[in-house]
Amino acid sequence: MKTRNLSKLTKSNFITYGIVIAAYIIVEIFLRAGMVSSLLEGLLVPLCMYVILAVSLNLTVGISGELSLGHAGFMCVGAFSSAIFSKCMETVLPVAGIRFFLAILIGTAFAALFGVLIGIPVLRLKGDYLAIVTLAFGEIIKNVVNVVFLGRDSRGFHISTKDSISLGLEKGGEVIIKGPQGITGTPKDSTFLIGVILILITLFVVINLINSRTGRAIMAIRDNRIAAESVGISVTKYKLLAFSVSAALAGTAGVLYAHNLSTLTALPKNFGYNMSITILVFVVLGGIGNIRGSVIAAVVLTLLPELLRSLNDYRMLIYAIILIVTMIFTSSPGGREIQERIKLFFKKKKTKEA
Amino acid sequence: MALLEVKNLGISFGGLRAVDDFNLTIEQGELYGLIGPNGAGKTTIFNLLTGVYKPTDGYIMLDGENITGKKTTEINRHGIARTFQNIRLFSELSVLDNVKVGLHNHYPYSALTGILRLPKYFRVEKEMNEKAMELLKVFGLDKEADYKASNLPYGQQRKLEIARALATGPKLLLLDEPAAGMNPNETQELMKTIRFVRDEFHMTILLIEHDMKLVSGICERLTVLNFGQVLTEGETTAVLHDPKVIAAYLGE
Amino acid sequence: MIGFISYLVNGISLGSVYAIIALGYTMVYGIAKMLNFAHGDVIMIGAFVVFSTVSGAGLPPVVGVLISVVACTLLGMAIERIAYKPLRKASKLAVLITAIGVSYFLQNVALLIYGANTKSFTSVVSIEPITLADGAMVISGETIVTVIACIIIMIGLMTFMKYSKAGRAMLAVSEDSGAAQLMGVNVNSTIAMTFAIGSALAAIAGVLLCSSYPSLTPYTGSMPGIKAFVAAVFGGIGSIPGAFIGGILLGVIEILGKAYISSQLADAIVFAVLIIVLLVKPTGLLGKQIQEKV
Repeated sequence: MKTRNLSKLTKSNFITYGIVIAAYIIVEIFLRAGMVSSLLEGLLVPLCMYVILAVSLNLTVGISGELSLGHAGFMCVGAFSSAIFSKCMETVLPVAGIRFFLAILIGTAFAALFGVLIGIPVLRLKGDYLAIVTLAFGEIIKNVVNVVFLGRDSRGFHISTKDSISLGLEKGGEVIIKGPQGITGTPKDSTFLIGVILILITLFVVINLINSRTGRAIMAIRDNRIAAESVGISVTKYKLLAFSVSAALAGTAGVLYAHNLSTLTALPKNFGYNMSITILVFVVLGGIGNIRGSVIAAVVLTLLPELLRSLNDYRMLIYAIILIVTMIFTSSPGGREIQERIKLFFKKKKTKEA
Repeated sequence: MALLEVKNLGISFGGLRAVDDFNLTIEQGELYGLIGPNGAGKTTIFNLLTGVYKPTDGYIMLDGENITGKKTTEINRHGIARTFQNIRLFSELSVLDNVKVGLHNHYPYSALTGILRLPKYFRVEKEMNEKAMELLKVFGLDKEADYKASNLPYGQQRKLEIARALATGPKLLLLDEPAAGMNPNETQELMKTIRFVRDEFHMTILLIEHDMKLVSGICERLTVLNFGQVLTEGETTAVLHDPKVIAAYLGE
Repeated sequence: MIGFISYLVNGISLGSVYAIIALGYTMVYGIAKMLNFAHGDVIMIGAFVVFSTVSGAGLPPVVGVLISVVACTLLGMAIERIAYKPLRKASKLAVLITAIGVSYFLQNVALLIYGANTKSFTSVVSIEPITLADGAMVISGETIVTVIACIIIMIGLMTFMKYSKAGRAMLAVSEDSGAAQLMGVNVNSTIAMTFAIGSALAAIAGVLLCSSYPSLTPYTGSMPGIKAFVAAVFGGIGSIPGAFIGGILLGVIEILGKAYISSQLADAIVFAVLIIVLLVKPTGLLGKQIQEKV
């Protein structure tokens, strides 16, 4: 009985990996055939980034059951820490592959560290309080990054919150972060292939974590904290673990983002709470706790505004309406009734045909 | 030496004295009942024993160790497991996984081992599955192993909660109204199961119950609680015939 | 010293706007238990209505504000009826995402009508500023009106909640909607009314905000909306005096932070204070402590 259960699970997971790989192959074929518009081609790496963000946020929201609105903050940490590294190492480590590999590790590790540091105090809070505090942390990270000036010369690193001049750099010194102007000239190391590999790694980590002793403990706490404590599960430990793994993976997405642009700045658009909300929308529409759903929702909802581009000014309006209608359709009693009727209708049709 | 020794236990919520000067001694292997009218403070005592509340006075010794004021998680590791009056299962997890969460601390492997699917993961998971299925079989839940816990009928949910508590390998099992909401047949069956658990696992059991049939049927000794204080204690039949107890129940 | 006092006055002025929004937010949260992300966008709509009627159609400011209040009240009720009511029993996340959808919707409607360019909002206040300390300190008419409006609204709301039947019904529904229904309270109309009041307050806040800070875009409302929620949480969500105190404190911290620490870090400081308050007192300054029953 149990073996059947396990194999069913494995099968379902392999389908998820399969979908990602198949999608990659198809896109790659279209790319080779020159059938992909440059607009869409430019969207491929961001698409990978969104998938990673959605899957990682699902770990916090769906599996751990904690509402976080600060995911973009961790992405910001990953982006900036890795971009600083890459920029400093560009001449020392000219091999792009190794340099980028290390950048990914560094971005992920820094985001994980922030996940732990922020998680320890805030995970005591619940529900909307946690949501607003994570949002606050995300905004703080974004704001702080915007006032930092970082420079380097032969004497080492210099930091200031005023301007580039107050760094007091020697001749030949280099300003790495220029406050609100951010980091320019990060090597463009991100590719679609690397993006897809990172998606697969993210899926591997999240899926295997969920289906392990650790994942069970995390979900047990989500389902009933008091009962979990009563069977000896350490609530703090596992909540923190889920939160920091989720943060680390958001950092990975940030690395991908940073190395896809020539200029990296922290704007409300990319690292503000609106980004966190966008990702949350993917997670909820994809299905809370449903990893494959997150992947699909991230792709569809990122492409949707682009596909609606011909509608120009109306596209975001339509996006908003789709969002509202979907939620009412899937979550209201009336909507569920309509769903049941549609199902019944198709069932009847099938039996008639048979 | 007694397995559980509670001395002068007390707790106040604001100005309200919910439990006062509570004493209890349970020997290894006993089946002990804690009864009393609604609001007498029975569940509060369970919450004190399991660290959900911190006592304001007194101490709790389990198997010679002082566990007073420890956290719920630690107390479980010291050997107290419980069920809840309003069932608290991991509703989205499968029946099997509910028990496996109970086994959590006895079958360790790191999160990294799980993520990387190292050989240890497969070995430990297999052992866990076997152990969990064994426990489920005791409660006749093995066929429902793959069901979502919340999809089980009420009576089976109660049993699953007991199975999960046993999975933590406790020295003392606390059952909070295990027969609540059960019909007489189910109660009969439950009584058999509780006795079986005691005999098979050499378990010491303390239970809260309103069903007097169950109490008189399986409990060897009783403590009666009224208004947060011990009214009387002793052997089941003697206690149940005590006029003081009858008066408390009839509300005179 | 005079510099400090005038910053403080500006802070209280901005804080009064936050407080008005937070009062609406806290009422809606208390009754619907939802993070209403669209609340901030109602502020923006309120300001645009005044912009159209006063700057555009040339109506007197008082008429414009009245139209705006009525329009936002109806808008708030419509949003509740169409988007939130069907989800009364749905998960919190479903409602949250719907609110985000409504927020996007309002922003994009405004974008379609008014475009993305910043509109310069003409103040609706025509009271002369007060000059103190031989001209070293000026208190603008907007500040005076905002602070007075905020105090009147808070006292009005507290009186309404305490003494009117509808107000007590709101308290009852926010406490336990099921029990309130059994006691004969019409839950649906009570919730609708809460949204109506909250949105009317948002309209007033929008007008006052844009009178003091006269740049208006479709995204003007979202940050003040978030900050008002922060203010409400800060003071203890569900508490009317809490929202008032939280709003004022937030405004003061923001303006003083801007003046003495860093203008770019002002928001970060506001959020940092929120985090500290919540970590020390997880239910806010005046919030009630609720413990889960085992």
